[in-house]
Amino acid sequence: MRYRAADRASLRIVPLDVLTAIYHRASGQTHIVEAPVPEILAALGDDALDVGAILDRLARDYALIDPDPAALADRLEELAAAGLVIRT
Amino acid sequence: MFSVRIGPAGFRVGSDWRRPVAELEDLYRDYPKPEDGVPDFTVRLFAARPWRRVVRPAVMIGGDFTIPDAAPLPLDLGLLAAEMGMNLQMALAQRRYLLLHASCVERGGRAVLMTGESGAGKSTLAALLMARGWRLMGDEFALVDPATGLIHGFPRLISLKNESVGVMQAALPDGRFGPPQLATPKGDIRHLVPDARSIEAMAEPAVAAHIVFPRFGLERAEREVPPAETFVRLTQASTNYVALGERGFDALTRLVRSVPATAIDYPDAATAIAQVEALA
Repeated sequence: MRYRAADRASLRIVPLDVLTAIYHRASGQTHIVEAPVPEILAALGDDALDVGAILDRLARDYALIDPDPAALADRLEELAAAGLVIRT
Repeated sequence: MFSVRIGPAGFRVGSDWRRPVAELEDLYRDYPKPEDGVPDFTVRLFAARPWRRVVRPAVMIGGDFTIPDAAPLPLDLGLLAAEMGMNLQMALAQRRYLLLHASCVERGGRAVLMTGESGAGKSTLAALLMARGWRLMGDEFALVDPATGLIHGFPRLISLKNESVGVMQAALPDGRFGPPQLATPKGDIRHLVPDARSIEAMAEPAVAAHIVFPRFGLERAEREVPPAETFVRLTQASTNYVALGERGFDALTRLVRSVPATAIDYPDAATAIAQVEALA
């Protein structure tokens, strides 16, 4: 399973404090998210990646305390359900 | 037929009876008429059943938008029905501004927004601050312009409930009050006309300077509210956030990122006034 971020033009991402507000233009929904969601979207960029590759990119950019692929896969599935990432 | 402009919105109110219109004409006598004579919203007070106009008068609220299962109000509450109807049209039909269910006062071009649950005291605090020289921008709705981020006022009649009526009669002995509206679904209500300066300056927007979340009946306390929590609270306090789509999102994220917010608990009005004036 590979994931890519929803079309960048369809998302408005505004950091508020420790939380980030995301407006999803396609659905008109507002999401309030915390780490690691903005980081996952940034790590994906414009690419379609599997969980291992996303974890590698996150580990490159952040000091991960507990790099758990299963937990990352859960987060990605939540984001896919919200329409913020797309399964490919 | 009665017409009035309140802030940026023009209203027309029609009624099957003369009395509510006469009360509105008196209380809103210093307000301007809708721009170009064309109202944005129409409110109609009509008889719940045709014969009720004669037998036992009851008022139904109608207009561009209606609540289908709203209970009729007795004619004694015709003024309240008209005010509720005007609020309803604003809440449901306003598209130009992001509407926040908040009271708002301004001093020196800086606006303080106060929002909270019913009974938090936002109307009373705004009226008391008006009595202390602040400009009342509204006791019910604050309007955020998505294009500029500025706050526009909606200074309709101030709706005072229960003990607040006596509090304001003491604070403003020369204030103009509407007829008592007793035993309404929200308790005993009396309307207070905003002071002359608040009416004259109603079209002047202001920069949002502070967002306050008051809570009455608790020991004095203040807590800074972080932007994300303010954002969530204000989406809940907005009647048209979803309808505005991305414009609403941009207006609200901009507001919460640029304006500090504080939750205040207060045991009495004097304490709350001191807390708000210290913040602003």
